[in-house]
Amino acid sequence: MHQSNKPLIPYARCTSHGLSRLLRQSELAVMIVTGRPEFPLSSSNPAFFDEMRASDGSIRPAYRQLAHWLDTVPKDVLDYRRKEAEFIFRRIGITFAVYGDAASTERLIPFDIIPRILNRGEWQKLSRGLEQRVKALNMYLSDAYNKREILRAGIVPEELIYGNPVFRPEMNGQRVPHDIYVMIAGIDVVRVDPENFYVLEDNARVPSGVSYMLENREIMLRLFPELFIEHPVAPVDNYADELLATLKSVAPSNSSGDPTVCIMTPGIYNSAYYEHSFLADKLGCELVEGRDMFVKGDMLYMRTTEGPKRVDVIYRRVDDDFIDPLAFRPDSMLGVPGLMSVYQAGNVTLANAVGTGIADDKAVYSYMPDIIKFYLGEEPILKNVETWRCREPDQLKYVLDNIEKLVVKEVHGSGGYGMLIGPAADKKTIEAFAAKVKAAPEGFIAQPTLALSTCPTFVEEGIAPRHVDLRPFVLTGRDRTRIVPGGLTRVALSKGSLVVNSSQGGGTKDTWVLDR
Amino acid sequence: MLSRTASNLYWLSRYVERAECLARILDATYRLSALPQGYGSQTNEWDSAIATAGCVISFKEKYEEANERTVTEYLAFSPDNPSSIRNCLEIARTNARSVRTALTGEMWDAINSAWHELHRYDPKRITREEFTRFLNFVTETSVRFDGTSFRTMLRNDAYWFSRLGFLVERADATARILDVKYHVLLPREAQVGGPLDYFQWTSILRSVSARTSYHWVYRDSVKPWLVADLLILNRQMPRSLASCYENINRYLDDLAQFYGRQGQAQRLARSITNKLENGKMEDIFQSGLHEFITQFLIDNNRVGNAIGDQYLI
Repeated sequence: MHQSNKPLIPYARCTSHGLSRLLRQSELAVMIVTGRPEFPLSSSNPAFFDEMRASDGSIRPAYRQLAHWLDTVPKDVLDYRRKEAEFIFRRIGITFAVYGDAASTERLIPFDIIPRILNRGEWQKLSRGLEQRVKALNMYLSDAYNKREILRAGIVPEELIYGNPVFRPEMNGQRVPHDIYVMIAGIDVVRVDPENFYVLEDNARVPSGVSYMLENREIMLRLFPELFIEHPVAPVDNYADELLATLKSVAPSNSSGDPTVCIMTPGIYNSAYYEHSFLADKLGCELVEGRDMFVKGDMLYMRTTEGPKRVDVIYRRVDDDFIDPLAFRPDSMLGVPGLMSVYQAGNVTLANAVGTGIADDKAVYSYMPDIIKFYLGEEPILKNVETWRCREPDQLKYVLDNIEKLVVKEVHGSGGYGMLIGPAADKKTIEAFAAKVKAAPEGFIAQPTLALSTCPTFVEEGIAPRHVDLRPFVLTGRDRTRIVPGGLTRVALSKGSLVVNSSQGGGTKDTWVLDR
Repeated sequence: MLSRTASNLYWLSRYVERAECLARILDATYRLSALPQGYGSQTNEWDSAIATAGCVISFKEKYEEANERTVTEYLAFSPDNPSSIRNCLEIARTNARSVRTALTGEMWDAINSAWHELHRYDPKRITREEFTRFLNFVTETSVRFDGTSFRTMLRNDAYWFSRLGFLVERADATARILDVKYHVLLPREAQVGGPLDYFQWTSILRSVSARTSYHWVYRDSVKPWLVADLLILNRQMPRSLASCYENINRYLDDLAQFYGRQGQAQRLARSITNKLENGKMEDIFQSGLHEFITQFLIDNNRVGNAIGDQYLI
């Protein structure tokens, strides 16, 4: 006789999702600071530069229609559309993860429905400056890992290259396909007056945020179609095609006629995972993790349902440290063992190249104007924020004497960690930080507190000016440079503040470049 | 297609289907346990539910007794039960996030909204009435997910892997229900048509949502051997083993044709399909219903493993 209640075979289980929480990669977490209006950069103007309204109260031409619309549209309509936008964002799952926040691992970045506008002239200047800067970054990297003429010319000190912890000896004398190191760059720029753009930071490793540029535009087209009839807004939705063309153009010369391009992600727990999957979708390419690939005979393959398939180009959104446990961090679960040897054999292109970190840290930043002049023989079109290098004794003295007015940053810090905002800090914090700087001055730089421009923003109290920055994306291929007109505008939503950091209440805006 | 993508699609469908099967089992158990003494069986229905879900051992480690509260908690919400409805939907969404690029927007929306909705139910405070709504919600999620994949996916390998996961899980679920309840379906002269088991038979039909179908197919009052026939051999019945295998076979053939080669999974599935297509209930009863079902569970598992070995790793 059989028993009816015997335990059955347990349910078959899926084992592929059991990845533990992955290592921190602080993307999308660059901090922008505005202090009390100290205003060291344009002292003639007593107020912040507002991009819509001139100091005499008149409206700048690019904003004329928008200002009129803002005056006439009822507040509850804006309210309703904002809610609708939030609903759509949540529904499509554009979220980012906040590390160490167990309660809500997926959050929305607040979206402000009032667009930020640049006119054609402004954009053209900015775009020329971006192209110039990224060109110099690429030449610098190629030089730093090969001939090192810039050292012989005494433009930058040796330790800036050799002494840099993100310098990769593996890349010494290593040619990369078509001599391009930074295929995708995100350059953070700010404005403090009508004439000038200042570069706040170069991102030459794995800059993120482009999905917000594209999704913000989609949402705006959906919510405010009437505004697009009045404004000739240059489209951005060709970004994915431009990116794919860029990536294909840098394929190894021995790859097939139609190279296989993949996007490599650390996995679903990465803060920018949404963006990785978004881009894979738009590019129509596979979104791979390290475990999807393997190395055999100096070639890289991915595991497919039809067997191994060669990979030619990886747009990797994984930091150098984690891409190959045999070459870099041995404890990394995210990489592919042997990937570096395939790379060194010239059989796969990594975008961006390994070792680009030496071009975008805060120490090299202060030399960028000289670097541009050295390689291109041109004056920089985009300005640098004045920077004091604590490694140099007289500059260190200035920094320590004026520390309460300055922003002091760790050379290798990011995401707003390890920095002091002098005007916002209390005496005790300042003293403690000053001690840290004295102990290891070469690890710090200092900058004036910037008076970032403001843009009209829809907040609790209505429409009010809030501080913004901008991250445009620069694509460098074998054939040419591509810059989609726009970028990610980040906005500090609370009054008078401070930070546009997405994990600290910063939001985003759609960025319009007018074709007029 | 990446093997991992195929694997995620396959398991995504399996977990969604599993959540629905559990919801139906719980619903049928509620009904049965609500009958006055003497109408139900002598066995504890809550024990049966746990047995059907294949988690007797892990359940016993946590609870003394199987009753409405403990079984509901364990099968529906418990974080300790890897296949609780809640965990099924969590895992389904995790899988869905990993393969967003292989899902259509509508499919993602179905899973993602369900996941948001799921978090509105508080297992600590849920009332019976809310729980009924919860079970409805789970069934609707599955129907919506299945419907969106049917209506929106390209008919290529991604679709076939998703279908295969769904069908292998479904065959497994039907066989599990049969395995736990087979004894009430055995033709025993004395009790045939007796009132005692009637509610058990209808409960089985309810747990695979086949009460109405039964009457349309057989135009007869509920007879245990016909219930067995409906769930095992009847190809009109979408949850029957025969129907599941007819389709598993078909999608495996599609894959074989698409990739230009076939393997163990196709061979195994074909042999099971043949057995079901040519099977007769008399023979199955003769050689032992229980043995038949146990063998099917093993075979079905084997097909799942073969699909895994051939395509998913």
